Amino acid sequence: MGLKKHWQRRHVVEAIFKYVMLISFVLVLACLGYILWTVFSKGLPSLTWAMISQTPKGGYYLGKEGGILNAILGSLYLAMGGTLLAVLIGLPIALYLQTYLRKSHWGKFIRISLDILWGIPSIVYGAFGFSVMLAVGMRSSLLGGIIVLALLELPIMVRAMDEVLQQMPKDLEHAALAIGATKLEVALKIVVRQMMSGIISAILLAFGRGIGDAASVLFTAGYTDRVPTSLTNPAASLPLAIFFQLSTPFPEVQQRAYASALVLTIIVLAVSLGSRWLSVRLSKYSIK
Amino acid sequence: MNSHIQVKNLNVFYGKSQALKNINLEIPRNQITVIMGPSGCGKTTLLKSFNRFIELDEMTRISGQVKVDEQDIYARDIDVTEVRKTIGLLSQRPYPLPMSIYENVAHGLRMHRMKKGKNEFDQAVQHYLQVAGLWDEVKDRLHEPATSLSIGQQQRLCLARGLAIEPEIILGDEPTSALDPISSQHIEKILMSLKKDYTIVVVTHILRQAKRLADYVIFMYLGEVVEAGTAQQIFEDPQMERTKGYLSGQF
Ligand SMILES: Nc1ncnc2c1ncn2[C@@H]1O[C@H](COP(=O)(O)OP(=O)(O)OP(=O)(O)O)[C@@H](O)[C@H]1O
Ligand SMILES: [Mg+2]
Repeated sequence: MGLKKHWQRRHVVEAIFKYVMLISFVLVLACLGYILWTVFSKGLPSLTWAMISQTPKGGYYLGKEGGILNAILGSLYLAMGGTLLAVLIGLPIALYLQTYLRKSHWGKFIRISLDILWGIPSIVYGAFGFSVMLAVGMRSSLLGGIIVLALLELPIMVRAMDEVLQQMPKDLEHAALAIGATKLEVALKIVVRQMMSGIISAILLAFGRGIGDAASVLFTAGYTDRVPTSLTNPAASLPLAIFFQLSTPFPEVQQRAYASALVLTIIVLAVSLGSRWLSVRLSKYSIK
Repeated sequence: MNSHIQVKNLNVFYGKSQALKNINLEIPRNQITVIMGPSGCGKTTLLKSFNRFIELDEMTRISGQVKVDEQDIYARDIDVTEVRKTIGLLSQRPYPLPMSIYENVAHGLRMHRMKKGKNEFDQAVQHYLQVAGLWDEVKDRLHEPATSLSIGQQQRLCLARGLAIEPEIILGDEPTSALDPISSQHIEKILMSLKKDYTIVVVTHILRQAKRLADYVIFMYLGEVVEAGTAQQIFEDPQMERTKGYLSGQF
């Protein structure tokens, strides 16, 4: 029988594509590995307890005593506040899109708008936020940073949630409608429960964009060596801390920049592991 | 005939194609009505027009009347959630809600504010799980996910969930077609025991099941009702050639 493999064009094409895919994959993996290695190898030696438990003392940026507690807490406050605000606004938008607008003209219009907003560079959000803040007489502050970060995170969060909610099994919605639920009850009690793990991923994606962004908080949250104690205080952030330390001429301060980057990486890692754990717990009842 | 549902001049369109053509029917109270007919003849569409599921699809258009106890369920001042509370649906495949076994039954009660306090909920959940013949199998695992049940058990859970909100009519769209023979028998038995209190309308493709269940039979073909009558009339003395043909397995 003619079952033996003869090398035809389609087999060759398949083999070539397989290697192209493999090479791309390895390339990405290598980049990621190299980044992590750089951050770890350069950052770990100068990552001391003092660095994460103290605020910068006088002369910190010249290589003297102190740490980046101001930036660590500032970043956490900013990103968590911004993400929380974005969830409070974004989840209702996503549910509204899926429950009532669906594929209507308005629905399409809003999705396109969000996609455009998604593509706008964060410095533009920062500049816009700052000009609004100036107009209303607000100083650079934690609150200003949180609001601008929420705006920055909203498009990506809503669109990610929108894609997630699209995967909601129609039959499951119908099961709830069949016992007399309103569309709103279905959205809040069934859809959110069923799609919880995807919703958490969307939130995480937005959080990642928020905590890693420097340009949007540069003017709006400002920078300070103190830990913010109220929403009206300015707040430091890790990406800016990294930037400032890296741009000094002193090698030991530049080392600290890598240590700061390491802290940021660890925070992001911890948050994503934490949300994974949460997502597994919360989707215990999801219908597969 | 003491009819519970009356259908008058019902037409349903999906976009431009007409799925139901001028349907006129009466469905008897406290009996099991079986709807039969070849695939694509509009059985599901007819059932969906009874609990207003038809309107979930934006492309559909409906005209005519469906009256339940003389009330047109498509009238303007009708609350669609009340319609669906009164007319329960058991679908082809079981779709438990993403919550525990207990909550699946309790959810509707809570939504319609029918019970108060843990005791009343516990009692109602136990009662309806018993009616659905599921209590003994799940009483020690009420707070496990509903998905931990077998498909047959899930279908009985869905039945319990539907019964808990005290409907008057139960619709079943091939409710046993995804189940194994034992589970199917189980569902059939429960339906038989329920008909003294409920009006039941079931779509089935299985002739023997139809014969076991039916008090009243509706035979449909290409969106029209060809013949309707008591089980005896239709199975023993069908009048129309199409019905005869279908019953003798020509489709
Ligand atoms: N959502 C829909 N959009 C467009 N046409 C539809 C839709 N649902 C059903 N139809 C059409 O309407 C007609 C009746 O469909 P219906 O599902 O009611 O048939 P059925 O008798 O339940 O068939 P089956 O025994 O296969 O379940 C069919 O021709 C079908 O193609
Ligand atoms: Mg059908």
